[in-house]
Amino acid sequence: MQQASAERPRVSQSRQPAPLSPRASGAGLAWIGRGFLLILAAVVALILARNLLDNPRLFAQIVISGLQLGFVYALIALGYTMVYGIVRLINFAHGDVFMVGSFVSFFAVSRFSLHTWPETAFPGMSPDLSTLIGAISVILLSMVVCAILAVVIERVAYKPLRNAPRITALITAIGVSFFLEFFGALNFVFSPRFIPYQRPFDVYAYYIGGSGIGMVTPSNPAPPDSITFSSIFVIIVITSILMQALLQWLVKRTKMGKAMRASAVDKPTTRLMGVNVDRVISFTFAIGAAFAGLAGVLFAIAYPSIHTQLGILPGLKAFVAAVLGGIGSIPGALVGALIMGQAESLTAGYISTPMRDAVAFTILIVVLLVRPTGIFGEPTGEKA
Amino acid sequence: MELGFLLGSIIKIVAVLGWLYGLLQVMAHASRWVKIAGMIAAFGIIQAAFSLKIGDQSILNDFDAGLLFQACTMAMVALGLNLIYGFNGQFSLGQWGFYGLGAYAAAYVTYKWANDRTSSALFVLLIGVILAGATILMLRRFLSRYYNLPVLSAFTLYLLGCVAAAAVAVVAGNAVASVIDPLFGSREAPGLLSGDLALQIVFVLAVLCAGVFAAEVSFLFGLPVLSLGSDYFGIATLGFSIVINTLMVNSDTILPFPEMKGGRGMIGIPKLTTWFWVFIFLLLVIVVMRNLIHSSTGRAIMSVREDETASKAMGIDVASNKLLTFVIGSLFAGLGGGIYAHYIGFLSPGTFSFLAGFNPLIVVVFGGLGSMTGTLAASFGWMFFLEGLLRVLLGQLGTEAPTWRFVLYPIALLLLMLLRPQGLLGKTEWGFLRAPAVKPRAPASPPPDARATPAPAPAAK
Repeated sequence: MQQASAERPRVSQSRQPAPLSPRASGAGLAWIGRGFLLILAAVVALILARNLLDNPRLFAQIVISGLQLGFVYALIALGYTMVYGIVRLINFAHGDVFMVGSFVSFFAVSRFSLHTWPETAFPGMSPDLSTLIGAISVILLSMVVCAILAVVIERVAYKPLRNAPRITALITAIGVSFFLEFFGALNFVFSPRFIPYQRPFDVYAYYIGGSGIGMVTPSNPAPPDSITFSSIFVIIVITSILMQALLQWLVKRTKMGKAMRASAVDKPTTRLMGVNVDRVISFTFAIGAAFAGLAGVLFAIAYPSIHTQLGILPGLKAFVAAVLGGIGSIPGALVGALIMGQAESLTAGYISTPMRDAVAFTILIVVLLVRPTGIFGEPTGEKA
Repeated sequence: MELGFLLGSIIKIVAVLGWLYGLLQVMAHASRWVKIAGMIAAFGIIQAAFSLKIGDQSILNDFDAGLLFQACTMAMVALGLNLIYGFNGQFSLGQWGFYGLGAYAAAYVTYKWANDRTSSALFVLLIGVILAGATILMLRRFLSRYYNLPVLSAFTLYLLGCVAAAAVAVVAGNAVASVIDPLFGSREAPGLLSGDLALQIVFVLAVLCAGVFAAEVSFLFGLPVLSLGSDYFGIATLGFSIVINTLMVNSDTILPFPEMKGGRGMIGIPKLTTWFWVFIFLLLVIVVMRNLIHSSTGRAIMSVREDETASKAMGIDVASNKLLTFVIGSLFAGLGGGIYAHYIGFLSPGTFSFLAGFNPLIVVVFGGLGSMTGTLAASFGWMFFLEGLLRVLLGQLGTEAPTWRFVLYPIALLLLMLLRPQGLLGKTEWGFLRAPAVKPRAPASPPPDARATPAPAPAAK
């Protein structure tokens, strides 16, 4: 109490005209802040270097798990970065669309055995091909459902608020996010439990080490000096990179992409040019949600236990990744997400497992303070 | 039974809102004695309702008392949030984190006092809060000599200062405690400090210190973060409450507080909160906030919400106004947390999870941004209606009831945002919370052209 009331006169003092003593420029004190950050960075680097020298194999293992996370985050971050770039809205519900994606694939696989349809329809097909087609159809189903869901959300909840203050839309987004989480937690929808996820295809572990690459089987365990990774890791990396390339092409080379970029810069003018901006926005939501759905399926395959609040933290971290990379920039989302993945898995590995969520937000704050436009952001500086 | 319960609940909701209305009206009365008598009466009515019985049940049973206490703490937290978000326009999702911080800090002090019979926690917190506050104020005075100071540098200096203050406080607090502690006496022969009176004093001190502690943390956190844009600020504060929650879950492993028992929840906090203290602290928060809002600082705070650039042009220090608002809002949250901890007697990190942290936001938005009455009414209405009535009614429907509640909240929130974004009560204020009538100034500064304006025209006729 005393603190607050003691501060009040001081604030009104600072509004008095021109203080008597001349004020010095504080720019000369910038070294204090920079030094603080440098010391922090040096401590982190020291911890990492010591661990790298101590046990390079473990370090590489942690980096691999960080890459796996990072590429999933990259897929989610695309939706954030595109939507924020165009409508300046932190789409809180995006993480929950990601959750819906994994649940759709869960139901497709466990209830309706969608992944086995090629086998049933064409019994003569080679098992590898039928697994591939089955898995792709499951993924496509999730992507389509998520895209439709996102368009519905956008039309029902966000569109009427297009001209309202931005925070109103943000609260609405939080409301939508809550609704998806808790509606999903009802028993007749998804149920509130952790659900073991049945994969549409089997995941194998491989090792890579001094004696070359091999599959880990009960009869052939990984040699002690090797690094293991799983097939889903490879699939995530390849899919994520492919999707980034696809999106880059879409935004840079197609007419719709041009309309998206134009809407991001100036909506009224874009409308004057004859572009249906509402359709462009819906399309953006749909694309972002489709990627989130894809990420949801891959995430569930990689970490096969799903529940309705699964999307919150990956969603927030992907948003931080998008900010870190420079919001609105597609390569930025990838780079930011990879950094976030590494930060998370290295923190979990070397500092403290529970603090891995804290690191994301620390990074967010530091990045916004040091370089508010992010790594790849264009330096327009228009914020808030 | 159900119909009776329904009717009773509705009567209670209306009665509580009426009580609030009456309290605010009587506090607006011109005469000081009427004000004081009215406040005592308002206190007495509820106190009487706890003890008076109709049949075999008191008018406000334990369940209702719980709702009332929680409504009052929610009102404190939500008023703080309304100050930050509604009056100053800074979208904060971190209020629940400061609430949890206050709750844990206050609970730890009284826990140590009552269960371990040591005053070390009290003195460490007390000295730490005072030293850190003094450090912050001194550094502020020192740093006000510089303009264009990079926020990161200022933050570093404040952080170092507060860490040093905390280190001194740990040493000094333990030293003081080792001198004081013999006064507790033994279990057989309780000493001076074992009495109920001492415990009450410690409780009040703990709650106040917890509030100031939350305020100081919010100062350190708000300093760098408030310079971000509005929705980045929202995400960063959300991150703050997630980090605080993580620390609570791991308070016995990462943090050196085995008494907090991490994710299992802290038990054995003495239940010291009585209606008297709830009422006093709620009144304190209401009065401080109302007076702040209607002061020149309050007008500066609101002008920052309306237009930062224009406020700057008017000579308002936007950054320090934002910081001041954030600190005071968090102070309220910390006080509310301290009260809550000693009412409930059990703190679990689940209570302070960031999903629950949207509750004050929902309350503030429902009541209307920038309306103290709305926030107060919404806190009471929310607690009695949704937590009390709806929980019991839905509880009879099945085991899924709590989830259904959380399905209904966002739908209501969405409808409100789409249909009535200014909140249910808009900008109406009741009695005491209205802007006080401007008293005519003493002749020292008469309005220079008072006669020219049409208002005092009768004199000219």
